[in-house]
Amino acid sequence: MSVKQRNTKIRQTRVDAIFDVINYTLITLVVLVCIYPLYYTVIASFSDPLEVTRGNVTVWIKGFTFDSYKTVFDYKPLWRGYRNTIIYTVVGTAYNLFLLLPASYALSRKEVKGRGLLMGIFVFTMYFGGGMIPTYLNMKNLGLLDSMLVMILPGAFSVYNMIITRTFFATSFPNELAEAARIDGAGEARIFFQLALPLSTAIIGVMALYHAVGHWNSYFSALLYLSDTKKYPLQLVLREVLMQDNGIAINMDSMTTEELMDAARRQRLAETMKYSVIFIANAPVLALYPFVQKYFTKGVMIGSVKG
Amino acid sequence: MMMKSPVLSARKWKKHLKQFWPLYLFLLPALLDVIIFRYAPMYGLQIAFRDFKIRKGFWGSEWVGLEHFIKFVNAPNFWQLLRNTLSLSVKSLLWGFPVPVILALMLNEIRSSKIKRVVQTITYAPHFLSMVAMVGLINLVLARETGLINHLLVALGFERKNFLIMPSAYQPIYILSGIWQEAGWGSIIYLAALTSVDLQMLEAAQIDGANRFQKIWYIDIPSILPTIVIMLIMRSGSLLSVGYEKVLLLQNDMIRDVSEVISTYNYRMGILQGKYSYTTAIGLFNSVINGIILLAVNKISNIVTETSLW
Repeated sequence: MSVKQRNTKIRQTRVDAIFDVINYTLITLVVLVCIYPLYYTVIASFSDPLEVTRGNVTVWIKGFTFDSYKTVFDYKPLWRGYRNTIIYTVVGTAYNLFLLLPASYALSRKEVKGRGLLMGIFVFTMYFGGGMIPTYLNMKNLGLLDSMLVMILPGAFSVYNMIITRTFFATSFPNELAEAARIDGAGEARIFFQLALPLSTAIIGVMALYHAVGHWNSYFSALLYLSDTKKYPLQLVLREVLMQDNGIAINMDSMTTEELMDAARRQRLAETMKYSVIFIANAPVLALYPFVQKYFTKGVMIGSVKG
Repeated sequence: MMMKSPVLSARKWKKHLKQFWPLYLFLLPALLDVIIFRYAPMYGLQIAFRDFKIRKGFWGSEWVGLEHFIKFVNAPNFWQLLRNTLSLSVKSLLWGFPVPVILALMLNEIRSSKIKRVVQTITYAPHFLSMVAMVGLINLVLARETGLINHLLVALGFERKNFLIMPSAYQPIYILSGIWQEAGWGSIIYLAALTSVDLQMLEAAQIDGANRFQKIWYIDIPSILPTIVIMLIMRSGSLLSVGYEKVLLLQNDMIRDVSEVISTYNYRMGILQGKYSYTTAIGLFNSVINGIILLAVNKISNIVTETSLW
């Protein structure tokens, strides 16, 4: 080995070592930036409101207290919203999958005639729609306004997810397998339910998560279509709690010192209560997604294959 | 065959359906959903050309042609809405688009798969936070008297600022929080594309003495370029439809002038004030422009990079 060659080798490893240092430093920063706001939410929610509002809570809980949570637990609309959201999420996701899985499977089978036309009908809706107002009027005509069904039925079939799921079926459930089952005398429905579905738990898991998160986090359709507060989902209640001003009336002239201090305390509590509400409302989703994470890359890869 | 008699093909159809009818039944619910909830509203688009009155119905309302479109284009706030919408989405694209690409390239260089997985889990987390919660959090940490950011500013010797009602702070808040929330999630597609980089090419580069910067620049990036271009085309196809759910949450009266975009204006005028025909026309105008931009970018990309959506 010539000297020159050895030199480049050393230089190369040195450059690579520098690369690693820079890369890991930047990644550490990214990780901190991503996680800190969420971490701060948790520690603020368990800290003394006075310490939080003074900015003394930064790395760990100060003056541990359940006060914020006690206030939240007494707030009935939040729990009603929670119950509603669980209903919308469970029923809605089941309905999403009921539309998604059979249709995607059928569109993946070569035996089905007119697949091109059907795909055209579906895909067109990805690029063009009636828009906010005609959609609203459509709900009105269907009598869905202010009904709990409006959170479940409309547009439950996601064309984008169908494309991913269809490609999954087409690649992971080969025609030969269906053919073999047919020779054994299995009907098409049986092939789907007893062969294709059990082999597709990965895609079912990812799709269930996508739709469930969508239901759990959505607020806008409720804002558009629901006016009865009893039917409000969690996010709309959350919005009301978070957007309300902490303006607890403080009147310097007529209040006694004690009353003033109490008002100020309540005002601070309203502030930390918001952190607790954010935590309570988002914890289920944040606790759930890591379990299906390994399928995300796979799901995206499948979707990017042109079908 | 053109000569085939219809009777025969009907018989063939019968035979075909006898075996495969469940597959067609499988498609029915999805088809009904799309017809009732996606195509029916398109039928309602005609009110953009009418003076729609609820009691007169779609057909009973008077036909006014392009009147609403002309009215919108000549409206005093037209240029302001268009400028706000375009500047917010173009800036979001310019600042936000490269971040997931860079993040994916960085993650791809982590050798330990365990660390990589943990980093991925953490960078995906903000994506799963609801929009309402995120905007609530922004309001809390930016609050003038009690927010963490202002405490930090004071500690560093600066003055407190009320960012939430500062017109100049609105766009940076929107864009940065968007990057925070979606960069990790957006990196998935590039990570997926990076798994298909030719290993032999990387080995050959290694033997030729390329360092890791060079491998990224000359091998990784060119390999995922088609994916980058496709994503760019798709993003530019929605330049006029910014995330109005977020704008609506971030808005307040003090920053209305800089934050009002076409879609939030539409919500206010249409849903809250009931100007159905006018806002439907605005919505249609919006999606037609979006379609034109998408077609144009796709065409340009097809010529320049030979990559296109279709």
